[in-house]
Amino acid sequence: MIGVIQFPGSCDERDAVAAAGRVGDARLVWHEETDLSGLDGVIIPGGFSYGDYLRAGAIARFSPAMEAVARFAADGGPVLGICNGFQVLCEAGLLPGALLPNEGLRFICRQVELVAEDFSGPFRAEISPGDRLSIPIKHMSGRYFAPDEGLDRLEADGRIAFRYAPGENPNGSVRDVAGVTNEAGNVLGLMPHPEHAVDPLTGSDDGLALFRALARAPQTAAA
Amino acid sequence: MSAVSESRHRELGLTDFEYERITELLGRDPNEVELAMFSLLWSEHCAYKHSRKLLGQLPTEGERVVMGPGENAGAVDIGNGHAVAFKVESHNHPSAVEPFQGAATGVGGILRDVFAIGARPIAVLDSLRFGEPTSERSRYLFEGAVAGIGHYGNSIGVPTVGGEVYFEPSYEHNCLVNAMCVGLAKTDEMIRSAAAGPGNVLVIMGASTGRDGIGGASVLASAELEAGDDSKRPSVQIGDPFEESKLLECCLELLERDLLVSLQDLGAAGLTSSAGEMASKGGVGIDIDVDRVPLREADLEPFEVMISESQERMLAVVEPSRLDVVLATCERWQTGAAAIGEITDSGRLRVLDDGLEVGHVPVSALVDECPLYDLEPEDPDTWIYGNDETLGERVALAAGRSADVADPSAVLCALLASPNVASKRWASEQYDSVVGSRTVRRPEAADAAVLLVPESDRAIAVAIDGNGRRVACDPYAGAVETVLECAQNLACVGAEPLGLTNCLNFGNPEKPGVAWQLDRAVLGLADACRGLEVPVVGGNVSLYNETEHGPIYPTPVVGMVGELPDPVRAPGLAPRKDDRLLLIGPFAPSLAGSELAKLRGELDRGLPQPAIPVVAAALAFVRGEVREGVASAAHDVSDGGLACALAEMAIAAGLGLNADLDPLVELRGGAGESLLFGEGPGGIVLALAESEVAPLLERAGTAGVDAVELGSVGGDRLEIAAAERDVSVALADAERAWLSLAESL
Repeated sequence: MIGVIQFPGSCDERDAVAAAGRVGDARLVWHEETDLSGLDGVIIPGGFSYGDYLRAGAIARFSPAMEAVARFAADGGPVLGICNGFQVLCEAGLLPGALLPNEGLRFICRQVELVAEDFSGPFRAEISPGDRLSIPIKHMSGRYFAPDEGLDRLEADGRIAFRYAPGENPNGSVRDVAGVTNEAGNVLGLMPHPEHAVDPLTGSDDGLALFRALARAPQTAAA
Repeated sequence: MSAVSESRHRELGLTDFEYERITELLGRDPNEVELAMFSLLWSEHCAYKHSRKLLGQLPTEGERVVMGPGENAGAVDIGNGHAVAFKVESHNHPSAVEPFQGAATGVGGILRDVFAIGARPIAVLDSLRFGEPTSERSRYLFEGAVAGIGHYGNSIGVPTVGGEVYFEPSYEHNCLVNAMCVGLAKTDEMIRSAAAGPGNVLVIMGASTGRDGIGGASVLASAELEAGDDSKRPSVQIGDPFEESKLLECCLELLERDLLVSLQDLGAAGLTSSAGEMASKGGVGIDIDVDRVPLREADLEPFEVMISESQERMLAVVEPSRLDVVLATCERWQTGAAAIGEITDSGRLRVLDDGLEVGHVPVSALVDECPLYDLEPEDPDTWIYGNDETLGERVALAAGRSADVADPSAVLCALLASPNVASKRWASEQYDSVVGSRTVRRPEAADAAVLLVPESDRAIAVAIDGNGRRVACDPYAGAVETVLECAQNLACVGAEPLGLTNCLNFGNPEKPGVAWQLDRAVLGLADACRGLEVPVVGGNVSLYNETEHGPIYPTPVVGMVGELPDPVRAPGLAPRKDDRLLLIGPFAPSLAGSELAKLRGELDRGLPQPAIPVVAAALAFVRGEVREGVASAAHDVSDGGLACALAEMAIAAGLGLNADLDPLVELRGGAGESLLFGEGPGGIVLALAESEVAPLLERAGTAGVDAVELGSVGGDRLEIAAAERDVSVALADAERAWLSLAESL
């Protein structure tokens, strides 16, 4: 069972449940829930948690559910943060770096091409380095930033999961970074929305690979 | 009760005649609280006192209509126990004063209208009008309104899937911001706004009440804007999409659990309007204790509480036994809620302050007795708007050098770069168009947005259209065209219209020329809706869009929802290589009222009169062909004429095309230039495989629908022959021109 955290102000939580539900079971997890036992994986969805009037993700990191997510991740449980979820995970210190306002200071919604890097962890299961994925982005604060030395280390450790394809960087992210993992590889955050890329009819189904990997994660870990 | 000074009613926007009527109805002078309530509910915005008689002409009946005009939003049945709710509404004057918040709260308001009937909002569309982007103020308003719409819609997680923007000098001092929301409901969970059951509790939910938006409906929405209107800024409300997001989820949960008797949003005129309308529809009375309304600031006067337009609030009627569970549900969603009064059988709206009566009026006097006025229409018999020649500079700008204004290739590029024709990607990319996972055709990908509705067994298509300039040329024909254009957009994706919502944006109806525009335009809308058999299920009227510089172009905006059986077959704009291009329909282009006539400074009265039944037959044919999967692409001919429509398809495909319009000359007559750039209803370009051409032409012949082969797709140039007025433009140049709007901002 995959749990999708629902904060007040989440926007994409039902879409994430539907996307994960295509390849397994998924349910919403209320932001005040603290017992995540019984979940095989967690998704922190997109949206504007608690309104995001302060700084994207800055309040959500203090929610009861996020404390539980931190424990879940520390125990090796797979956690996927999408857009606002990525921001929340960075704010919570579960992922390195920060998401700054887009270079153009405007919200951007656009289908972009991603290139998968040679990263490690359960989310790699269905993806090979060099794979190109067509997935939409939609955000106001998606410009990934980390200091140079930090980035060098992330690259050396195989923790850059996705980059925007050459010429596709929509927001000014440093080194075209679109998604990163934690050190253990079981926490992945990315700005593009794989839950909106699960059906060719609505644009692409390239995002399904991540949900399949999430559904398979327990087996991957057991193996 | 405190006395009110003699001229107070005029400051609040009531005429002496209306004040007399109020004293007659009450049998005494109103006090401050009562006068404030009357001034709002008897405003044009709330009472439709200049338009209600006209609106009776619009057809509102239809087999699929679940809710018609009068409810918070209209709704049509889409099968499998589901209905689609939708409505368009204006937020023009607030946006002219403060574009970001004005547009944002416009979206917030229309969302509440839709979830007030128990529908989850699934799409927003918007229709915007500004002065030319050469004006700094117009650019400021445009950028602010787009950012505001995005801010609200994106934050609350409802996709903005379509819209339109026009730039015309007549909107320079009075921009238009119309927002449409589409929602999805289970038919058996829908709810009406009529209050019922004396003894039931009135609950206010959502944000606390402040001084924002005091008098918005009467001060901003029902009078002309004047110079120095910055002083009206406090009347503009501030939007909080997070508050609305919680309120939305909370209301939908309450409805799903069947915990409410009725529900109504608080919009213009706040508590007064909402409580008054709920009581009026239910034939009951309501007592409200303003002391129990949660306030944002402590010292609000009772009249201020009653008319505050603070956003993100709803009013519900709850049975006493369910009050605790309703309040607990609100608390779980962290949305405010308080019991502020009760339903009575008095037929009166009573206002109490900590139990003491501070005002009481008969509900019927407040809601139903506002005097209605007859328009005094008079045809001005002359073109009352300006004319500016800008083609020369636009041609030079698009070509990057001085160019011949008679050269059709140069004119095509100038038209593609004209802000009304050019791509609005700069705006649409600022909107989340994918949240909800329903969007099959995103903005600019097809003529109408196509949305999946897996809850039903079909998809829906939605579009919003209006063309004020053409309505200004001929209010009747222009209004007919507006409806036809919207239906054409739906036909292009194979959708059949189920219902229509409209927003009538006009100048001051007390002026005979504007009254004439309104009168003719409503007749045009009514005739077109009857001709297409599309019921009007709701709408909004925005009058007094006028300044000392004159009225806006008369701008009826219509939104339509249609259904289609198979979204896989809904074509976009992009044809395939080697596809053949056919023009379907009675399209008989004329330069009258066209974009080219505007650029040449040659606008004048008069449009050809559209043949509604002939267009309707063509649309039915196109719909059928699209549903059979015959067309790889479809695009209706609108702004900039056939040459621009073809260019847009070529740009979408990244392929050139060759077309010969000469066969059209034989069929329709006219000069090459009017064939290339003339406008008018009833033209749809279909792209299809060569093997499909002959069978389609045969079917068209059988159906009695005109179909003409124009050419084929391929290469990297636009080559269009038109009675020796030939176009030859590199695709890359056309695309650059079409994508140039961002550069002018």
